[in-house]
Amino acid sequence: MSRSRVAWVALPAALAMTLSACGGGGGSSNNAADGKDNPEGTVSIYGTEPKSTLFPANTTEAGGGKVTDSLFSRLVGYKTEDGAPYNLMADSITTSDAKVYTIKLKQGWKFHDGTEVKAKNFVDAWNWAAYAPNAQQAASFFSPIAGFEDVHPADENAKPAKDKMSGLELVGDYEFKVTLNGPTSVFTTMIGYTPFSPMADSFFADPKAAEAKPIGNGPLKFVSRTPNALIKMERFDDYKGEDKVHFKTLDYKIYSSQETAYQDLVAGKLDFMEALPPSAKVGEKYKADLGDAVVNANLLGQSAIAFPQYIPEFKNVKLRQAVSMAINREQITKTVLAGSYVPSTSFVSPGIKGYRADTCGEYCKYNPEKAKQLFQESGFTGKKLTIQSNQDGGRKEPLEAACNSIKQALGVDCEFVGATNFGAFRQIVDGKQLTGMSRSDWSADYPSIENFLNPLYRTGGSSNDSNYSNPEVDALLKKADETANEDEAIKIYQQAEDIIAKELPSMPTWNEKGIGGRSKNLLAAKMSFKRQGALESFRVKA
Amino acid sequence: MGRYVLRRLLQLIPVFLGTTFLIYALVWAIPQDPFAGKCGQRPCDPAYIAEMSQKLNLNDPLVVQYFKYLGNLLVGDFGTTFNGVSVGEQIATSWPITLKMGIIALIIEAVIGIIAGVLTGLRKQGFLDNLVLVSTLFLISLPVFVTGFVLRLYLGPQGFDLMDTSVSSDPTFGELILPGFVLGSLSMAYVARLTRSSIVENRRADYVRTAIAKGQPQSRVVGIHLLRNSLIPVITFLGTDLGALMGGAIVTEGVFNINGIGGLIFRGIQEKEGIMVTGIVTLLVLVYLLMSLIVDLLYAVLDPRIRYE
Repeated sequence: MSRSRVAWVALPAALAMTLSACGGGGGSSNNAADGKDNPEGTVSIYGTEPKSTLFPANTTEAGGGKVTDSLFSRLVGYKTEDGAPYNLMADSITTSDAKVYTIKLKQGWKFHDGTEVKAKNFVDAWNWAAYAPNAQQAASFFSPIAGFEDVHPADENAKPAKDKMSGLELVGDYEFKVTLNGPTSVFTTMIGYTPFSPMADSFFADPKAAEAKPIGNGPLKFVSRTPNALIKMERFDDYKGEDKVHFKTLDYKIYSSQETAYQDLVAGKLDFMEALPPSAKVGEKYKADLGDAVVNANLLGQSAIAFPQYIPEFKNVKLRQAVSMAINREQITKTVLAGSYVPSTSFVSPGIKGYRADTCGEYCKYNPEKAKQLFQESGFTGKKLTIQSNQDGGRKEPLEAACNSIKQALGVDCEFVGATNFGAFRQIVDGKQLTGMSRSDWSADYPSIENFLNPLYRTGGSSNDSNYSNPEVDALLKKADETANEDEAIKIYQQAEDIIAKELPSMPTWNEKGIGGRSKNLLAAKMSFKRQGALESFRVKA
Repeated sequence: MGRYVLRRLLQLIPVFLGTTFLIYALVWAIPQDPFAGKCGQRPCDPAYIAEMSQKLNLNDPLVVQYFKYLGNLLVGDFGTTFNGVSVGEQIATSWPITLKMGIIALIIEAVIGIIAGVLTGLRKQGFLDNLVLVSTLFLISLPVFVTGFVLRLYLGPQGFDLMDTSVSSDPTFGELILPGFVLGSLSMAYVARLTRSSIVENRRADYVRTAIAKGQPQSRVVGIHLLRNSLIPVITFLGTDLGALMGGAIVTEGVFNINGIGGLIFRGIQEKEGIMVTGIVTLLVLVYLLMSLIVDLLYAVLDPRIRYE
């Protein structure tokens, strides 16, 4: 969904897989290390102030996302290690044509207020979130469902004709049917994403009250909140999911500075951080500070630099290839990025089902001679190239390095053009006012190859920063979307990826390695692919 | 005296209206779409933008927006930020913390600064004088975040272990002493220097000579006659400094992770949440106005020649 604003999903599960099981060859199960964990302990996790109300369909950034993900569980969860989806609240999800899905729920699940989670709660919540006047940021995620246009007209000034989508049909207390606009094979993965959470009956009666005290169905229940300081949660003992937590209370401590949080982490005042400040990464200082308490994860993100197609010179594929080959990814990730990134060779993040290394081929490999040759063939006559991005948050340095690399390899001037902050930068990109190349990082909404292609490369895609449009790619993506069989669909997505790789509307640069840390108060902690603490893996020292 | 105070208090009303309007207009004029970047990598949903603009009155002309805001303010409603938390509530949790820290900083800078200033002013050119001159020069040249980081490093768990690396979400006075010291350190140096030069100047004044000639003890000459008159510029400085300390605590708050109003203002500007910035700055303006009123009244106490009718 975003760069530094990852909006991530549910509480993944990695039940019987703990650190000790991995290291010791599968001995003890739930209790990590020496097994002396304290099930009544308290865990504190680094947090940032949520930017929107704490409704699952309204939290599209990291600070709010981790809160709603702790409070709510969905039909589908994702495994911590690889993001593979599994049925969490769903008993079964069946379809014959990838268009009509029959979803059966497990019985006995409860909301934090004690009422039972029924099919109705899903149907009502999805309708509510999609209904335009409720102004939920993630409303567009419901657009594959039939009848979405009725509740959320494309014209923002039009009044919605209905407040319920025709594609959602209640069959029984624990069963409902979803009809989509067209076959969409990724739907079963998509519904693990945060906006697809169920909402309790009391929510619909008084959404305003739920704003102050959200009632979810997840492994943790909301206790209290001090704005800009603390969000407190407690284990929900009636939780039925396999991703239940093994501690009593959870504090999301809000920090304004990652530096200070890191000091607290090292001092044992904070138990978990899913990202470390740049100062800790310099010279891999964190390894000395944290020792074996470093937590690693594969992230589902990709950094790239887009060539906006509305700029005439970037219509030249040779120029695009030349620039891409002129960037020394290997060196920049090692030096400027201090080893916290690895060079990217594909348009999909490693670890995703359907990922193939080197789909970008030679064009993502540093080759100054060939780059220079292609550059001359391209007949570029401009004075200089530019790369645009926001300059805060450490975004500037690696792109300046990329520019230097281009300058040296191609002998053309290259300049980094910085916007003051993320908002200002996105305003330029969304308004299609770029005047040069631009940073185009992506973090997937849900773990699927589809989510790396459709939003970025399809004509009119929601995050198609390069304004790329290729009917052939569009047709393949559409075909893949409509293919019910997952493996076949992936093959077609890969065909689309191969075309994109040849055309290079944006060049993959590097992939971030997830580096976080835990304090000595935790015996074990893992991080999920979506850069969140995998809460069910946390064990507090007794 | 009473009439003077009343007149000054009535003056607060136009100043209040003027500043709130100015601030509101300035935040409004920040050339950035409030929804840019709010929904991450993709543009915000048009329906979301339409609905939120409606809710936050973003579509109205500036003056209409301002008067709607003012109307709500009069009934005690500071408005609501994008994340649905009321501004009033956020200020209510942060304000006491910053006020506490500001007062601690003020006390520290006043006590240490004035004592150092008096001692050095009386013994000009001595060892102590040089020591204070050099050390205040040192403090003045250090940016606050350096002082903060260094003290945190050496007094924190990795150093002498006298304090925690950050304060709790509802800090006590004890926890705020160190941040208060950091915050007030720069002003402390100014207070010391201001007091010193004022004392040096007034020591040769006629009334001091007279007091000594009358045979009054040294403590009375210095404590009553000399100090009272010398404190006027210092009190002026201290009075306006409380407002500056509270509004300028962003860096200190960041270093010690204090949930204060400095951070709120910073976030408000970043997120282009005009109501947040206006709400807090209005309160700060009130602090400035009240403090300058108190300072003006203190003049009369310190200098018998000054009277308010």
